[in-house]
Amino acid sequence: MYKKRFDGRDWDETRPIEAKVGIIKRANGSAMFKIGDTIAYASVFGPRELYPRFLQNPERGLLRCNYNMMPFSGSGDRVRPGPNRRSKEISMVTQKALLPVLNLEAYPNAVVDVFIEFPQTDAGSRCAGICAASLALADAGISMKDLVAAVAVGKVDDKIVVDLNYNEEAYDHVEGGVEGAPVADIPLAIVPSTGEISLLQMDGEISKEELFEAIEAGKKSSKKIAEVLRKALKDKFTGDTNE
Amino acid sequence: MSELIVKEKEIVVPGEELANGMDFLPGDGTYREGEVIKANKLGLAVVDGRAIKIVPVSGAYLPKRGDTIIGKVMDITYSGWIINTNCAYKAMLSLKDATSDFIAKGADLTKYYSFGDLVVANIYNVTSQNLIDLTLKGPGLKKLTGGRIINVTATKIPRIIGKSGSMISMIKDATKCQIIVGQNGVIWVDGEPKNEIIAVDTIKKIESNAHKSGLTDEISKHLEEAMKGE
Repeated sequence: MYKKRFDGRDWDETRPIEAKVGIIKRANGSAMFKIGDTIAYASVFGPRELYPRFLQNPERGLLRCNYNMMPFSGSGDRVRPGPNRRSKEISMVTQKALLPVLNLEAYPNAVVDVFIEFPQTDAGSRCAGICAASLALADAGISMKDLVAAVAVGKVDDKIVVDLNYNEEAYDHVEGGVEGAPVADIPLAIVPSTGEISLLQMDGEISKEELFEAIEAGKKSSKKIAEVLRKALKDKFTGDTNE
Repeated sequence: MSELIVKEKEIVVPGEELANGMDFLPGDGTYREGEVIKANKLGLAVVDGRAIKIVPVSGAYLPKRGDTIIGKVMDITYSGWIINTNCAYKAMLSLKDATSDFIAKGADLTKYYSFGDLVVANIYNVTSQNLIDLTLKGPGLKKLTGGRIINVTATKIPRIIGKSGSMISMIKDATKCQIIVGQNGVIWVDGEPKNEIIAVDTIKKIESNAHKSGLTDEISKHLEEAMKGE
């Protein structure tokens, strides 16, 4: 039985969060988002001209996201550099998670590029990436209705937990020769002001009732994360941290 | 009952509620959702009568009618020049807006403005598709020769110019350089090579300290020291 979380957190408690805006000088907007041992750096370039020309859309701008784990970012083997099936999928879901808040019709024929890099990961990287990207987009002065906050929720053994770390994600319990239920891992992205869900994926198994319970817990946590994001944006201009 | 939720000149983030009630109107960088006006952009909230708008504090340049910009000739067409504006959209400088000379059909337009030439031009129209029309007819609008070009963040330009040009004229006076500031974040500096470097350094210093108050005094001190240390 999973009685207490490996790192001693409450069931609905996230790992410690740190967020900072405006860290990459050459980008139009940038941000760092750290949750526990997962660190995401996002940089935004644009709106800028879009080529090849057939990609241009006269009705709205294009958002391009790029998710990349650095070779040394994993806890096990070296991560093979370059795009792969997984990173392409995550780039796509990141883009779709951010699109509902962006007013891209203000940038016809142009493109907004978002590059998300991970120097270190410990589960929950797509959620950290979405948080970092939404901060960087705001920092780049892109017109957007709201920020996007993301967090993973899940079920470990019989407990609903928020923000799984790698140990929990890999939890594999056998008692008396009987295998426990597989861990459910559900990354979730929320538009805080409306409660809209812009990303919902799942690994593992969970019942319908527990899924709703988990999503509610995730909504609550992402409201808190949204507060951290807002504070990080304001700190760039009021705090002493920025030189 | 309408009420203002934020203070004047407060930093607001996208999605933040600015005011409640129909007595306020959403201006630039804001939108209305039900009765509430919310921010669309990161910036300073400014209340202008009944309207609330956001003055952006970061981001790439977006073309606006009336702005004077510095651009580079990229291409030449039948009817004029295509100008790179340092933003996502190219600008068109048509023959009639470029010169009052008579230009015969099929004449060589590179005689007037050739590839790579820099021009100070005024934006007189921006369409909904962000097509930009430029004019060179007006005081101070011309082709630039010599000097050097630097790029700064477009949102910091008002700070570099200062209140009614106080900051920029201070730099001009101290370094005896000619300086032209484009709203698109392109700045042209021409003078003694040593002084040019001082002017560029000073402008970079303003850019990185734009959010601080009491910057004018700091910059005047910096200029004094830099000119002495020649």
